[in-house]
Amino acid sequence: MHQFTIEPLFGSDGWQIAGYNIAFTNSALWMAIATVLLLVFVAGGAKRQLVPGRWQMAVETFTGFIDGMLAANVGAAGKKYVPYIFSLFMFILFANFLGLMPLGVLGLHPFTFTSHFSATGVLSILSFSIVIIVGFAKHKLHFFSLFVPHGTPAAMIPAIFVVELISFLVRPFSLGLRLFVAMMAGHVLLEVLSSFVISSGNASIGLFAIAGLPSFILMVGICALELLVAAIQAYVFALLTCVYLNDAENLH
Amino acid sequence: MPQIEQLAATYSSQIFWLLVFFGFTFFVVGRGMVPKVMDTVAQRDKQIADDLFAAERARKQADEEEAAWRTRENANRAEAQSLIADARGKAAAATADRLAAAQGVIDGKLADAESRIAEARRSASAEIEDVAADAAREIVSRVAGLSVDEAAVRSAVKENLVHG
Repeated sequence: MHQFTIEPLFGSDGWQIAGYNIAFTNSALWMAIATVLLLVFVAGGAKRQLVPGRWQMAVETFTGFIDGMLAANVGAAGKKYVPYIFSLFMFILFANFLGLMPLGVLGLHPFTFTSHFSATGVLSILSFSIVIIVGFAKHKLHFFSLFVPHGTPAAMIPAIFVVELISFLVRPFSLGLRLFVAMMAGHVLLEVLSSFVISSGNASIGLFAIAGLPSFILMVGICALELLVAAIQAYVFALLTCVYLNDAENLH
Repeated sequence: MPQIEQLAATYSSQIFWLLVFFGFTFFVVGRGMVPKVMDTVAQRDKQIADDLFAAERARKQADEEEAAWRTRENANRAEAQSLIADARGKAAAATADRLAAAQGVIDGKLADAESRIAEARRSASAEIEDVAADAAREIVSRVAGLSVDEAAVRSAVKENLVHG
């Protein structure tokens, strides 16, 4: 579990704003690395050439992907959310991938800040706040009709309203927890399997052949799976935000 | 699980730095660069659509020009054909005229020559008559010792010459 430990860096342990600790931790460092890499990646693609190079093509593929996702889920009104959804998707994607990079080989200690619900929670509350603000700004109190689906019998309205309200309020938690759990589970699984490899190798050659080697082969496969999960979880986070934004924009 | 054990100690730092870096990402990358990238894509799409439209229009214009050229060309060809037919007719008429004129001249010359021959023949026959009359009178006077009237001789000669 040491890989999830947050440690203040550069003696910033005592940094505070209004009594709240804001130490620059290893988590913050990897947020900064993800931000810088994302900045470099997008800046390299913002050359505005009429005939795009490979890099520009890659960046345009991502913006086109986000644009298409918003157009499919929200419609024409979704265009204005492209900067937010793009930032969200790419930030999470870069964070997930950076945490999976085999930098331990170089003696570095990679840290996946998306495996902390204190980080994913901020992102999900951010998305949820945007949904609520857009919903009430656009539809005023009519936004509450979101909790009463069409065709509900009058007698059922109070019960349905409560159920729908709860399912709505659970969204920020499910959104943040899903990403945190998926990332943490993958890293824990890899850690457990690698501990099998190492401890069985230390025990005896026979045990290594029986348990260590299959675990190692399984790890290779699961690494590939984790790369897929890293992309899928970023996609799911962005997609669900789009779906919720659709509720706010179009009320079903 | 450090996520829970360290929560109380680290939540403020996590929230603060995430807001800082995600905010930076949103405002600099999301708001600053993404619209430019999408604008470039939109511009390219628009340019491609415009180029296709212009090419389509140019093709249509070329078709129209070709059709116009074809009708013009057909008219020119018909005109040329009629000019050739006209020239051919004129040349044929001129040749016929010249042939007719030449024929007339030749006919005139022939008629002239024939009349000259007839004249010559007539004068020759008259001279023969004179000579024959003279000779006949001489012969009559010498053989018969008769002096015959010239008019009688001449009629006799003429009678003989005509009837052989």
